[in-house]
Amino acid sequence: MSEYKEVKVGGEKNGQTRLVPTKKAPRFYPAEDVRQPKKVRKTAKPTALRSKITPGTILILLAGRFRGKRVVFLKQLNSGLLLVTGPYKANGVPLRRVNQAYVIATSTKVDISGVQLSEKLTDAYFAKAKASKSVSAEEEFFAEGKPKAKEAYPEEKASEQKDLDKAILAEIKKTANLEKYLKASWGLQKGQFPHEMVF
Amino acid sequence: MPEPSTFKKFVEVGRVVLLNSGASEGKIAVIVEIIDHNRAIIDGPSTGVPRQPYPYKHLTLTPFVVPSLPRAAGSGVVKKYYEKSGIAEKWAESSWSKRREALQKRRALNDFERFEVMLLKKQRRDTVRKSLKKSVA
Repeated sequence: MSEYKEVKVGGEKNGQTRLVPTKKAPRFYPAEDVRQPKKVRKTAKPTALRSKITPGTILILLAGRFRGKRVVFLKQLNSGLLLVTGPYKANGVPLRRVNQAYVIATSTKVDISGVQLSEKLTDAYFAKAKASKSVSAEEEFFAEGKPKAKEAYPEEKASEQKDLDKAILAEIKKTANLEKYLKASWGLQKGQFPHEMVF
Repeated sequence: MPEPSTFKKFVEVGRVVLLNSGASEGKIAVIVEIIDHNRAIIDGPSTGVPRQPYPYKHLTLTPFVVPSLPRAAGSGVVKKYYEKSGIAEKWAESSWSKRREALQKRRALNDFERFEVMLLKKQRRDTVRKSLKKSVA
């Protein structure tokens, strides 16, 4: 909002218009000093992506439901999380956000420069959908203990995944054994120490 | 006359040693002079090891000896004797150095390459198993 606004003034000799402050100044000074809080000049920096991770890098997931799976990195989202996909058709890992702290970056890469990523793939895409209309108290009471009706996976997301899988798998198939590699899960054997290994 | 020793490798002038730590780790060199019970002067003019005192703790004796190397010989003389003895080739052919090289190669593999090795090993096991079954039957 601007500090002043122009107001029409009646009377011929009054110059037609006048600049009037939009906010009226207080009539009294406050009796007690109220300290103004310091303005914060710091801004949160965007999360730096680990230099070894570039689009197409194959990552090993270390935590969560899909731990031990090898996935393809697509891009970093605004929140700093990594967008990855199995691809779903290869190893069952869907389009998913993961934290780079829980990931091992391998030196193997898939060329995904030709794969067009949908604009829709943002953090909002993965946010939990708001719960649909609240059910009445009575219904809720009787629903307790019964298995919940399963909601179908949104068709839009399914087709999105399918299209992406197709494009990425075409690239993966260009390297022998790479699809097999993605299908297999990763683990450590006796005498293997991850900090001493090359990935 | 004393009984012959059961030991086969001795710390002696001309003994070829494998260095286990330091800047020249993994290279071989020749003992030129024994300083005391802890260290010896080693030299490897043709293997890229600078002349230096080296603790026995950080080296392993190999079965090779540069024959008739004079004590406290300079780098030039060591080079001449070392090349004449043909120990570099003997070392390269030894299963010890081959195994070391193979291990190093394996350790440098990345995750995908390790996976491919696993596949190949599986394949080998399979063919061995099949041919064995055939020969028994």
